[in-house]
Formats: sequence, structure tokens, C-alpha cells
Amino acid sequence: MSRPPDELPSLTRRGLLAGAAGVVGGALVGSLPPMVGAQLAPGAPPRPQAPADPTKLPGGATTAVGSRSPFETPARTPIGETTGNSLTPLQNLTGTVTPADLHFERHHAGVPTIDPERHRLMVHGLVDRPTTFSLDDIRRFPQVTRTHFIECSGNGRAAYREPKPDLTPQKASGLTANTEWTGVPLATLFREVGVRRGATWFLAEGADACRMTRSVPVAKGWDDALVVWAQNGEPLRPEQGYPLRLLLPGWEGNINVKWLRRLELGTHPWMTRWETSKYTDPLPNGTARMFSMELDAKSVITSPAYPEVLEAKGWRPITGLAWSGRGRVTKVEVSTDAGDTWHQADLLGPSQPKAHVRFQYMWNWSGGEACLLSRATDETGYVQPTRRQLLDVRGIGTDFHFNPIVGWRVQSDGRVEFDGET
Amino acid sequence: MRRISLGAAAFVAACTRGEPARAPIDSATGAMTTATTFASYDAGAAAGGPGVGRRYEFGHTPTRAEVAAWNTDVGPDGRELPPGRGTVAQGAALYQAKCAMCHNRNGEGMSPVYPALIGRDPKAEGFHFASDPRLVKTIGNYWPYATTVFDYVRRAMPYNAPGSLSNDQVYALTAFLLAANRVIPSDATLDAKVLRTVKMPYAGRFVPDDRHGGPEVR
Repeated sequence: MSRPPDELPSLTRRGLLAGAAGVVGGALVGSLPPMVGAQLAPGAPPRPQAPADPTKLPGGATTAVGSRSPFETPARTPIGETTGNSLTPLQNLTGTVTPADLHFERHHAGVPTIDPERHRLMVHGLVDRPTTFSLDDIRRFPQVTRTHFIECSGNGRAAYREPKPDLTPQKASGLTANTEWTGVPLATLFREVGVRRGATWFLAEGADACRMTRSVPVAKGWDDALVVWAQNGEPLRPEQGYPLRLLLPGWEGNINVKWLRRLELGTHPWMTRWETSKYTDPLPNGTARMFSMELDAKSVITSPAYPEVLEAKGWRPITGLAWSGRGRVTKVEVSTDAGDTWHQADLLGPSQPKAHVRFQYMWNWSGGEACLLSRATDETGYVQPTRRQLLDVRGIGTDFHFNPIVGWRVQSDGRVEFDGET
Repeated sequence: MRRISLGAAAFVAACTRGEPARAPIDSATGAMTTATTFASYDAGAAAGGPGVGRRYEFGHTPTRAEVAAWNTDVGPDGRELPPGRGTVAQGAALYQAKCAMCHNRNGEGMSPVYPALIGRDPKAEGFHFASDPRLVKTIGNYWPYATTVFDYVRRAMPYNAPGSLSNDQVYALTAFLLAANRVIPSDATLDAKVLRTVKMPYAGRFVPDDRHGGPEVR
């Protein structure tokens, strides 16, 4: 398989395009408006065609559904299995919102095809009025729109266990995505069905082939939980739970149950497969944490990053994303010398609770070696730890919740490589 | 079980339940605020809504049969376990017919997609998983509750035909998996009463989350 275009050194690509446009465009002056495709390096994917001068002929017609420029080909990393994951290309994104079609995927029994007219949400157990809602019913409640990230608790496992120089932002940290969600507060549904005082936990169940189930403290339901049907202004994507998904802001991805069809109120956790054999954290003292749902503060630089090659000395932004499952990120610091000194970065736009925020620090590369790191601080005062700190308290074999400081080693020739050994 | 029950209760008690911290809607103007909780967001909070303490009255009441069709959960006390029974020998035959194509002949799994189920490798005993990522977790050396095996097999297995097993078959497969992991005897017959009494070897190792934010790294 050829390498995806985002992994080609940018120097090569840009050089080719500029060179080809100059030669071919010049040669064809006076004939039909020329279309230019770049000459290809061996093994490189074909470059799209484009006119030498787009001001000299009319462009394309309007379309029913827009598509990306043929020059932009961000892609997830599907593995061709119905159980497994596919990661968000963080290095291709700008701002904080993850396009719906690039939101990472993690499924345990494939993506179900669900007819929204037949889909139901049943709420039962310790409630005064067991109720089955249609999608129309759910949409008639007063809706709210909130921006929150979802991060898989396995995000960063490879970078933690085996930090290798050829990890991209996508491969190191791509199991996180940030979305504007629309739905109904779970508190509204709780009031509608009359959740009884004795209820302390509820079970959320999906309509996929494994009928995914997770136990959730009722307190989270009263707090900021949502039942969402929309993602970035349109219905949820099937991979994200169409037509209905539980959203528990700041909590590990798996518990945000997709294809939501049932909520059962009870008095104890059900100890499902996904909260016992999976998504528990072995610790060096011979115990394992369970129900460790809140995600610790974390950040990652998305540019510069492998496989970029810095082409010129001088100013450039060091930019990336930061988030915390416990509230707002209050500070992101950047180091260019492997953590010897830290500088406060700008947060671009308001830092919203339990949402990605983009940071930026302007850096004047002198052409020497450098090691670029970022660390986030959240509103509880938690500071993103080094890998060494995490190894001490969690061990190399711990299975979930990886948030070490990571970064990028810049060589004097401009090559950039992943550096996870902080 | 006791440790988790206590931890869970403490966890729940630590959270505010139903108590308004801040209203997400400004009651005077109807404007959204930046509050993060919906604890006080009742039917009186939305502009034009039915009012405090009232309901929207959407949806319908499910029948007992509708609830029963979906509610197959079996919790850790096994209270919801259905009638039926199965032997280890029956489960061994079922395993080879319906499970081995993914989880392998001896339950060692097929990495990375199909997890291991069976194994009591002495090197992986003692719950030292945090120190060595190569140690393979199995039902016998990791899972804290036997009821989880029954619930999950009935819910999601076999992968290519979930929901196709009878309760007797689920009991038999659960019996086989527990016996192969040396949790119950190889001549055991499993039914609701017996399964409720099965204690998993490492159940006592699971502890509640002790991270709460703040400066300490845990």
C-alpha cells in the first residue's frame, strides 16, 4: 500500500507542484486553458488536476453535497475489522471542532444500520413511570447544544508503552475528537419518568450486535449528561451512534453508549464485561481501578509533528489541542528544550469545560536541534504529568488512561520525530 | 465485592444528586448561561414550557413483555439469572463448535482482535499486570465476577450470531469457561443457584477510582 499523502514530506510535495506548474503552464500559453497535474515521484499517489490559472475559465457547478478540495485528503485509519478502532487525523485539523466524518471510531460489534422510525429509547427500573420514547418524542423536549470532547480511554497506549520516532499525532493521540452535540439533558428525561430517590446507578444499553452496556452513577445523569441526536449541526453519523447516543461529558469514550436504546435505573453497578475485563486500570500495588471514568488533563502538539520536515528557519506556530475531563483547561505551557524551561501558550478562543481548546506558541527556529513539549493544567489544579511520573504510579502494563506529556524532537536538518520519553 | 460496594456508595455520596448547583438557563431572561450542570433544569426552566414540576407527557408505557425482551441483564449478585442448566462437558463441545474459530482451540485468543478467554499461566498469577504488558488477562486471572461471563455470552456471543444461544447453552458455555480457568470443578453443572455462589480468584483486587483532580498524579 502506498503511503497516504499526509505522510509524505511536505518539502517533496510542494517542490514538485511548484516546479510542474511553472514548466507546464508556461509551455501551453495560447492554447486551451491547461490542466496541470504534478509529475509524480515513484510510489506517490496521483495528484489531482487543476488549471494553470483558475481565473481564466469558469469553475464547477453547484452540488447537492459538498466535498473537500481534491488536494485535501485527511483520512482515518480503518483496519478492516468490525471490532477495533480508526483514528482521527489530528495533524490535518484546525480550530477545535472535529469534522463528523473524521471523528475517531471504536466499535465492539460493528456499526449497526438503524431505521430511526423504528428506534426506541426505553427507560425503566426504579422510576415512577416506565416509558418508551420514539425519536420524535426525544426531539420534542427542549434541546441544548454543548461542545464536548470524547476520548477513548485507550488513547495513547502505543505512545506510552513503546514511544517510537515515527508516530504521527494521529497514531499517538488520535482517539479523541471534539464535537458540537445537540440533544436533551438526561435530567429532563429523569424528571419525565420520575427517577426514584433510591436509584443510585443506571445501565445504558446500545442497539448494536453486542448490546453494549455500561453502568453509570445516577448523579452524572442529573449533572451534565445528555442524550444526543445531532453532531455538528446534522444528525449523528452511524459510526457515532445514529440515531441516539448517551453523552457523559469528560468521561471515557466507551461509556458514551452509542445507538442508545435502554436506560435501567437501579441500586448497583451491573459489572458488565466493559467495566470489568476491559476499561479497568491495573496498578503496581496489585490492584485494578474500576469505574475510572473521568479523563485526566492532556495535551498534544499537532504541528510541527512527524512526518513534517521544517523547510526554513524562522517563526512558526507550535500548535495543538488540550482538554480535561474535569472541567476547563486553564493553562497550556510549551517547552522547546525538552522541559528545561516552559512558556505559557495562548489559548485560541474560550476554554470550554470538558472540550478541546487549541493552543499556540510562536517559535523562532534557529536551525538547531530542539525538543517541543506541551503540558496542560486544568481548573482543579491538575498538571499533565511526564511519562516517568505515570510509570511510577501506574506501571508500564496499565491498560487505559494515558496522558503523559509527549512531544517532538526537531533535528538540525528539519526532520521532526515523535518523542514520548518524558 | 464488599470493597467495590463501599467504594461505589462513597462515590455516589460524593456527588450531588438532584441538587441545583447553578441553573443553566437564566430564569429572568431565558438566556443560556455557561453553567455545566442540568441539575435544576426542570420543565419550568425552558421558555414557554409546562412549568415547574410539570411534565411533557411524551412516550408510552412499555408492556411487561417489551421490557423483558430487552432486559436480559445479570448483575453481580446473579438475582436476574434465568432458569436453565448446563455442564462443563456440554460447554466444551459448544465451545469447539461456536467459539474456537475466533478464540482459538484452547481459548488463547487470536491477537489483536479476538481476546484470550482461558489461561492460568503461573507467570500471570498474582495480578502483576501493571508491571508487564505481555501478561495475558483471562477470565480466570482477571475477571472479578462470574455473572459477567453469563451476561456477556448471552448478550453478544457468538460474534457472528449474537442472541442465538439458549439459556441452557449459555450456562454450559459459562461452566466450561469457568472450569477451563480452574475456577469450578471440571465435572460441575451450572444453574442459577450454583452460579450465584461462584467467587472469582481476583475479585478482591478491584478498587474504586481514587483520582479526584488536583495537583496529585495518581
